[in-house]
Amino acid sequence: MSAETGGMSAEPTTANGVALELRDVVKEYAGGVQALRRVSVDIRSGDRVAVVGPSGSGKTTMLTILGTLERATSGDVRVAGRDVVKASDSDLAGLRAFEIGFVFQGFHLQDSMTALDNVANGMLYTGVPLRERRESAKVALDRVGLGHRITHRPQQLSGGEKQRVAIARAIAKNPTIILADEPTGNLDSKSGQSVLELLHQLASEGATLTLITHDDHIAETFPRRIQMRDGEIVGDDRR
Amino acid sequence: MSVAAFRRPFRRPGVPHSRRSDRDVARLPPHELFGVALQGLRTRKLRAALSALGIAIGIGAMVAVVGVSASSQANLLATIDSLGTNLLTVTPGTTFFGANEVLPSTAVPMIRAMHNVQTVSAVYSVPNANVFRTPFVPSEETGGIGVDATDTGLVKAMNGSVASGHFFDAASENEPTVVLGTAAAQDLQITSATGHVQLFVGGTWFTVIGILNSMTLDTSLDDNVFIGLPVAERLFQVQPSPTEIYVRANVNDVSSVSNLLAATADPQNADGVDVSQPSDVLEARAAAKGQFTTLLLGLGAVALLVGAIGIANIMVISVLERRGEIGLRRALGATRRHISSQFLAESALLAVLGGIAGLVFGAIATWIYSIGQNEPWVVPLYALILAPAAGLVIGAVAGLYPAAKAARLSPTEALRAT
Repeated sequence: MSAETGGMSAEPTTANGVALELRDVVKEYAGGVQALRRVSVDIRSGDRVAVVGPSGSGKTTMLTILGTLERATSGDVRVAGRDVVKASDSDLAGLRAFEIGFVFQGFHLQDSMTALDNVANGMLYTGVPLRERRESAKVALDRVGLGHRITHRPQQLSGGEKQRVAIARAIAKNPTIILADEPTGNLDSKSGQSVLELLHQLASEGATLTLITHDDHIAETFPRRIQMRDGEIVGDDRR
Repeated sequence: MSVAAFRRPFRRPGVPHSRRSDRDVARLPPHELFGVALQGLRTRKLRAALSALGIAIGIGAMVAVVGVSASSQANLLATIDSLGTNLLTVTPGTTFFGANEVLPSTAVPMIRAMHNVQTVSAVYSVPNANVFRTPFVPSEETGGIGVDATDTGLVKAMNGSVASGHFFDAASENEPTVVLGTAAAQDLQITSATGHVQLFVGGTWFTVIGILNSMTLDTSLDDNVFIGLPVAERLFQVQPSPTEIYVRANVNDVSSVSNLLAATADPQNADGVDVSQPSDVLEARAAAKGQFTTLLLGLGAVALLVGAIGIANIMVISVLERRGEIGLRRALGATRRHISSQFLAESALLAVLGGIAGLVFGAIATWIYSIGQNEPWVVPLYALILAPAAGLVIGAVAGLYPAAKAARLSPTEALRAT
């Protein structure tokens, strides 16, 4: 891989191994509400980071900026080594399509599709043909332990299984970054625990995992914990 | 562990790295877009069907109107073609004071002698002669059936045909024989010319030798019965002054023959002669049906407009309901353009399917009509192309606003929505 194009570096991660980087990032919503106040943070490739804080602390806003779903009002943002501040809508979409896997609290599975097609759909915008997408989806479902439920539809799956399908959708395209927004928020403690273990296991194989939670017990399982309050980082512990 | 080891974590599954270009671009090829749009409609089948129904009704109505009109026109034009456009009729006109003119007895031989005339035939009114099945029928119950004298060339000149028996020949026109028009035969309840059926015509027994099919170019002849001119002259003292002369001209000389006919029929009083072309009348009737079509097409267009508004309405609701899906798609790498294309494609596909359904409805309606009217079934070729094309355009226009609305949604707001 080579040359720089349009402000986007070719390499998904920088030479110094920083996968996600915020520098003096401010996010202000209409009406003057500041959700992030000059936040600076580096997350290295392969890090497993929990962002913890009460609701309204700005952690979800930080995740959506890291995930390029929203743009910062000011400050520098680099994702997978690319400067996303100047990038176009389609450049950011490309970044999300290839480099970032999202896991949401609400699963966001399509009820009309089988588990396999929900996972294959995760790669829809990569331009990979359907047959190959399904092959990758099958492998991903095997990895999350649902190889036997590929033809089931979401309404036939338990909450924990739905979240596993959503995780399979996030990892099927081999993203370098996984961003999870309260992935266990809708699950009972047992399913939540197993989903958390799965995320740890997948991340330990190489991806950068950033997970948002308001639950300190979940945050405890992460090697690095960033604490937020009122739009600012108030703590950053490493084990 | 080195940094490089993390860079491409899951190498086995997923997007092959050979496919990843220096600059990974999110893409949605047209066939994938079609698949996404189809999936969107399949997820909400009933709603899709109901909103497509509006377009289907509009287009169906228009196709039916065009089809029915084309079928009747085709029928008229086919009739005209089969009967020929080269038939001219010559009738006595009326004088300035409203009295009837009389054609001279020389009219038929004079016209027959003209250039570019193929066949000439004439009918002569036989006044005071009525037709009865038996002499015992009260004389006032004539049934409105007229008696005309004619020559042997009438059927040929009119491109007519005989349903039963035969027409006059050189022998039978001198004998007390009678040929019935189709309506007259029905009134007299005679279905066949075989079996020596006799009718009481003007006080004399006549033998029925033939029954004609309808004379499309002059249906007034259907109500009459015909006897030979020599018999009429002998028995009823009919003057050989024709009431109507039928002239077949060469196809390319119809207008020149037409211009000369009046003067030829009555050189001394050409103004007292009316010349007309029956096929003109039928063509005018076909054109009149076309005028009516324009009005009905306008009504169909209103139905289409209502259908289009229905689709726009449904798509706006759909965008609001599917904010979560839109947010997810953005998170998966869809650009704003991908999102707007998806909703535009759904709307267009919906309307195209409605258009095709409308085409089928319209074609079936036309088919049922054409069977009922005993006409050929015609759905114009342009309707086959225009119906889905109209659907495409309507759907695309109706989808513009919802598509723009979907593309404008912030992905995070969309994800928060569910």
